[in-house]
Amino acid sequence: MSIAIFTMIVVFAVRYRRRRGVLAEQIEGSTALEVTWSVIPLFIFVSIFLWGAMIYFKERTPPRSATEVYVVAKQWMWKLQHEEGQREINELHVPVGRDVKMILTSQDVIHSFYVPAFRIKQDVLPGRYTTAWFRPTKAGIYHLFCAEYCGSQHSGMIGQVVVLEPAQYEAWLSGGAASGSMASNGQNIFQQLGCSTCHRSDTQGRGPTLIGLFGKPVQLEDGRVVTADENYIRESILTPGAKIVSGFKPIMPVFQGLVSEEQLNALVAYLKSLNPSPSGAAGGPTVVPSGAKPQETKVQ
Amino acid sequence: MADSPIAVEHHNPALKHHFVDMEQQRQASSLGMWLFLATEIMFFGGMFCAYLIYRYWYFPDFAAASSSLDITLGTVNTAVLICSSLTVVMAVSAAQVGKRQQQVVYLALTLVLGLAFLGIKGVEWTSKFKEHHIPGPTFNFEGSLPGHPDQPVDQHHAQLFFSLYFAMTGMHALHMVIGVGIFSYLLYHAWKGAYTPEYHTPLENSGLYWHFVDIVWIYLFPLLYLIDRKK
Amino acid sequence: MATAAITAERENYLNQEYGIKSWLLTVDHKRIALLYLLTITFFFFIGGFFALLIRLELLTPAGDLVQADTYNKLFTMHGQVMIFFFLIPSIPAVLGNFLVPLMIGAKDLAFPRINLLSWYLLVAGGILMLHCMLTGGVDTGWTFYTPFSTAFSNTKVIEAGLAIFISGFSSILTGLNFVVTIHRMRAPGMTWNRLPLFIWAHYATSIIQLLGTPVIAVTLVLVVLERALHLGIFDPMRGGDPLLFQHLFWFYSHPAVYIMILPSMGVVTEIVPCFSRKRIFGYKFVALSSISIAVFGFLVWAHHMFVAGISLYAALIFSALSYLVAVPSAVKVFNWTATMYKGSITFSTPMLYAFGFIGLFLMGGLTGLFLAALGIDVHVTDTYFVVAHFHYIMVGGAVMGYLAGMHFWWPKISGRMYPESLGRLAAVIVFLGFNLTFFPQFILGYLGMPRRYWQYPPEFQVLNVLSTAGSTILAVGYLLPMVYFLWSMRYGKVAPDNPWGASGLEWMTTSPPPTFNFDRAPVVDWEAYDYENIPAPQEARSGG
Repeated sequence: MSIAIFTMIVVFAVRYRRRRGVLAEQIEGSTALEVTWSVIPLFIFVSIFLWGAMIYFKERTPPRSATEVYVVAKQWMWKLQHEEGQREINELHVPVGRDVKMILTSQDVIHSFYVPAFRIKQDVLPGRYTTAWFRPTKAGIYHLFCAEYCGSQHSGMIGQVVVLEPAQYEAWLSGGAASGSMASNGQNIFQQLGCSTCHRSDTQGRGPTLIGLFGKPVQLEDGRVVTADENYIRESILTPGAKIVSGFKPIMPVFQGLVSEEQLNALVAYLKSLNPSPSGAAGGPTVVPSGAKPQETKVQ
Repeated sequence: MADSPIAVEHHNPALKHHFVDMEQQRQASSLGMWLFLATEIMFFGGMFCAYLIYRYWYFPDFAAASSSLDITLGTVNTAVLICSSLTVVMAVSAAQVGKRQQQVVYLALTLVLGLAFLGIKGVEWTSKFKEHHIPGPTFNFEGSLPGHPDQPVDQHHAQLFFSLYFAMTGMHALHMVIGVGIFSYLLYHAWKGAYTPEYHTPLENSGLYWHFVDIVWIYLFPLLYLIDRKK
Repeated sequence: MATAAITAERENYLNQEYGIKSWLLTVDHKRIALLYLLTITFFFFIGGFFALLIRLELLTPAGDLVQADTYNKLFTMHGQVMIFFFLIPSIPAVLGNFLVPLMIGAKDLAFPRINLLSWYLLVAGGILMLHCMLTGGVDTGWTFYTPFSTAFSNTKVIEAGLAIFISGFSSILTGLNFVVTIHRMRAPGMTWNRLPLFIWAHYATSIIQLLGTPVIAVTLVLVVLERALHLGIFDPMRGGDPLLFQHLFWFYSHPAVYIMILPSMGVVTEIVPCFSRKRIFGYKFVALSSISIAVFGFLVWAHHMFVAGISLYAALIFSALSYLVAVPSAVKVFNWTATMYKGSITFSTPMLYAFGFIGLFLMGGLTGLFLAALGIDVHVTDTYFVVAHFHYIMVGGAVMGYLAGMHFWWPKISGRMYPESLGRLAAVIVFLGFNLTFFPQFILGYLGMPRRYWQYPPEFQVLNVLSTAGSTILAVGYLLPMVYFLWSMRYGKVAPDNPWGASGLEWMTTSPPPTFNFDRAPVVDWEAYDYENIPAPQEARSGG
């Protein structure tokens, strides 16, 4: 379209340049023309909008069976943790062909997770989770940038996404962390912080049971129904008074300031693993023994 | 092209040189004031917007914080302001019929009421200061959620309420102070006889301003003071 | 009609009174316009200086010219100075102030003293901003996102915020003045449908200034309070929401870009008919498009937040609305083109700038369509693609329009002609320098280079070098008019009342105008852009 207009302007400029004896023709206007060149662009714009919207819709809807990676951004680095427990700094290893969903949060200011080669970008906010997903189709190493200005070393907060062939990825995985999967770490934290005292696997506890909770609707005491997603879990741990489950008393202690972002991620991963359906983490125990005492375990 | 001689004025001393006649000047001033008030709506609107969002999200904490405000003083202040708007109208009306003495009396009353409002506000704020409800390092809100004596109020959310409370009432008070300044100026000139039935535009426009500040309070009061009061 | 052959200089607004007091205490809208001209030119060079430093740093991938913190301050202050102290005032405060009363046949604006106050407010804000810059600066980006600006930055955020707060009132009062003037002070016979479209454009701009600026004002107040008192309105660690800040910020800052572009469109709409010797095509539609842009411009702010964490549905709505606002802009471009059809076109300096404007605005606007497409925006937002997009509009559009207007009305403002060949040369240099500076940035952004980067991966270097080279050419292009405008005030040809044979009441008074604009108050009984009845310039100049 712009080429058409440029050309028209150049043509008119040349063809209608001032010449001796040739007067300009006074044309007042033409409503028909005005309407036409308002409506046609409008149609073109609507089509572009729809096209963009469809792509966006797909981009913001992670597939259900995606592998999850938890990302904590901070000034000025990316901390990533796989479900299986591997931790990475400024680097993310993934296998070709598998959907990867990232659950992102920030420890301080707003950052943005940007991988140009994958056409994804998602702001990472403090105080809540945002998500992004991709499926790598080609092995290789791709830039990872922070795309939201975050202070001094904003331009230094870069890394790479390493996409490996599946076999190589398995090799990389097995050489990984010995500290256990995120879900098992989460279970340790769950017991160490005393959560299991009230959140038991039966319905006798002072708090609601968490088995099969993740992803399901929850009825609150004020009548609202919310979905138990990552942000709900996070809020329930940090500011439990915000949403009280129907039928329970508001006695859960506040954990704001007592758990780090990584610990929160591990707890979220653990709760996902309590779902009977195979949508949660691989590895890690699935049931909290009722009445179990907190164990002495090293918590990171 | 037709020319026209420059219009002959009534030589009202208040007519500014760039206006054709007093009517044009009056209309311009009036439109100017209305437009200015539109900008004030947008200005306060930003804060109201923030307040409404947080109130929706944190209703119980906001209700608890709100109940610590002195509803008696707030109501008195509302009455004070409404009366002051009445006295403003009376002052303008007096000017329209050329009664200088009455103008002065009503303008003075308006000033007194405006100052009373500010004084009562000062009392309220002082008590907030004593209760440690001023946001900042000394903030501490003791209380529980309404209807749930066992649930303490979230300090962050309570502080949010008070941040917005002080920002909004503070901005309103600043506008009141400016209004008091304007009306002192008007009082002086009214006493000198500057406002006549032919020319009392400053009174009218300042009156508009005063009414606007009053209306802002009339929105502030229920939103801030009357959350969930069941008395 | 008065001719240029006068030996004794007639009394006009420039020579009516001399002395610094007569300028600093003036209430003449024309003198105030010149005061603004000095101020914004000063800030343009400050902002431009920062830009040059940025481009110099970006010549190499490594951060080797300045430190990272310094670089962050440079781009922040470049943005703040250019937007709040140059672009937003520019055309309205200089050309608008000068021309609005003249074009409608009035003696002055509705509130001359408020006009002077507006200037002082801009200067006060500017001085505070200068002080802030000289004593440490600010590094939050001109967008001040929280919680970085309220709880993490170690720079003078409060001072910068207050400086912009003060200058915002300058903008509000200018808008107020224009709206009242246009409503109430039109000469007899100057109906709404006879108004020059420059006036319609400024009317629309003023509405935005009036309704939008207070929102950024209150947002800045809240940021300052939050930073000073450690409140939590925008800080999630204290119960607040950083996205609330973004919504409040962009609610103004998006309409602000229309404040910056609408006046330029008004200028172009005056120039194209004059140098095509034809009335504007579709007067009513052009007028309506200005108002539509102002209205729709308030409805699209969250298209700056598509990846910020807003809901999918909010994103869909704002994307759709953003396409709506593009339609009136497109209509204007079509109307300008149609005006040239079967015209008699002269390639004077203002017309060259107008051509430049149309082409560059077109490119900037079309890339805006890309950005409005959700799927594409995810890839290119927060990259140099966006930087290129807004510079095409702000610099390729708004600044070109400003220069076009300065050249077009310079004879009226100063009573002198600028040197035409130098003018054309500068226009071409600006156009070429501009494209070399900013076109590579579209590619950089598409390839993935994020914005606000002090250092970058080496593969981006070639394009950055091209961009920096362009910026030096652009700088030369901007310096030239400064030099020859100043030169012309002393040595330029004396200008006739209407050197271009243009339509409009301002051309029916002397160059420069007398203090009260018209010797006799005009009465209008002709339509706007009455070019069939206005003789072309040669005939007008034949007497001199």
